Amino acid sequence: MEQKSSKKLKILAVCGMGLGSGLVLKMTLEKAIKEMGINASVEVADVASATTMATDLVVTSYEFANSFFQKGIKVITIKNYTNVNEMKEKLQEALKES
Amino acid sequence: MSVINFIVNEILSKPALLVGLMALIGLIALKKSFSEVLSGTLKTIIGFLILIAGANLVIGTLSPLGDLIQAVFKLHGVVPTNEAIVALALQSFGKQVAAIMALGFVFNLVFAWITPAKYVFLTGHHLLYLATVLAVVIGTAGIKGANQIIIGAVMLGTIATVMPALVHPFTKRVTNDAGFALGHLNTLGYITSALVGKWIGKGSKSTEEIEISEKWNFLKEPIVTTSTVMIIIYVLLAILAGPSVLNKYSSGGNYIMYALMEGLTFGASIAIIIYGVRMILGEIVPAFQGIALKIIPNAIPALDCPTVFPYAPTAVIVGFLSSVVGGIIGMFLMGPLGLALIIPGMIPHFFDGGTAGVYGNATGGRRGAVLGAFVNGLLITILPALLLAYMGTLGLANTTFGDTDFCWSGIIGGLISKMGVAGAYIGTIIFAVILLGLASYVTIKLNQSK
Repeated sequence: MEQKSSKKLKILAVCGMGLGSGLVLKMTLEKAIKEMGINASVEVADVASATTMATDLVVTSYEFANSFFQKGIKVITIKNYTNVNEMKEKLQEALKES
Repeated sequence: MSVINFIVNEILSKPALLVGLMALIGLIALKKSFSEVLSGTLKTIIGFLILIAGANLVIGTLSPLGDLIQAVFKLHGVVPTNEAIVALALQSFGKQVAAIMALGFVFNLVFAWITPAKYVFLTGHHLLYLATVLAVVIGTAGIKGANQIIIGAVMLGTIATVMPALVHPFTKRVTNDAGFALGHLNTLGYITSALVGKWIGKGSKSTEEIEISEKWNFLKEPIVTTSTVMIIIYVLLAILAGPSVLNKYSSGGNYIMYALMEGLTFGASIAIIIYGVRMILGEIVPAFQGIALKIIPNAIPALDCPTVFPYAPTAVIVGFLSSVVGGIIGMFLMGPLGLALIIPGMIPHFFDGGTAGVYGNATGGRRGAVLGAFVNGLLITILPALLLAYMGTLGLANTTFGDTDFCWSGIIGGLISKMGVAGAYIGTIIFAVILLGLASYVTIKLNQSK
């Protein structure tokens, strides 16, 4: 098994209960990742348990972002959950910084 | 024959395996790799077993609560929590629910394909909850087996197609036409909130011009809010009822500490149930979406309500608080009306109230958000009390369904089913034709207005 890129990124898609809209985020994220050729895995979580999970990046909406800022976890906030272009732009930005 | 018997008795009658089978078929249809199919199917089955484990835990905390309410108010008290009632109902109606959910989704696709309302309902947990409501009310009225499943599935498919369509004129306004629809089964509450906003909100400024202090942040985590409120309710009722009521549960321990632990355990059991649902849906929803997009390429996905939260985050908190106030006032109206006491369940008030706030704000600014969500709070208190009459012995479980659409469709489903099998089929067809016609009309009007 040889992997060209460095280690696999772990991304969490987070919503209030990790049931519905987090899944939508996950599906959009997976599309974006595939189109950008990023090596990453995406999991869905609710906001309460997400703050305790090991992750490289959190994707969520504006209202939950604060919980992650406070803990120093890298987070991007999405407005339109189904918009792959918005997702790609924000992913690009977040990955450039690191 | 013995093979068929084995399949029916040992696989299809075990809901965990039946739901696993649905995931298996979906994942194979999407041509996933062997390892993805295997892990997806296993996760679905294990998720279901986790859900049942959470159900057993929640039963333990709900029966002392029922006794406390009885002792304090001399009334039957109920906390509407979809997660809890679904987990309980699945123990007796598991296979019917799984079959109604799967077949109902097929009907959703058929209706979206043949009518102008091209909405595909992708909020999996609400499909599961509605399938449960329908299985319960139809089964309780005495219609069983294949008839129960077909009637339930047609109703589910109709509601899943129609509700996103009826609220879509407002959804477009909320999201500036972002290309998705709202698929969340408190839609009657959202339409009401938007209409209230339209009616009284003239000239009111948007909620998004208000700054909300950071100290309210904890309200945004539904599990934290639910646990906090349940602890307060348990402890308060324990103090009012005195030590004797809890004696038979606490085996001699301190009754207030016992109440505190029950409140915390309620929060924990909901978290477990949600974890189970999440494991099931993580596989099934993407499979549903994949299948839907293959069949109806121009379909509009109908998504869970927090997808509209980013368009007005302040309205969410305003709506939540205002909905709770409506729920509390509604609770005090229940007794005099001779209905069961409905204690505000925080999960429905958070999601339904928050979304009602967003819709009320879109049509009527701050005033619309406050009053629209307040009316929503009244609705999700009164309707669950009315639904209880159609839930048979499950209605005694001290919990019920919270959101408006579960309630009104459950009541209609119950009424139709009481007419016997033939009457129920006729009623279901009339139900489907009227609602699909209305949804088609709204959709055509909306497309013309562009």
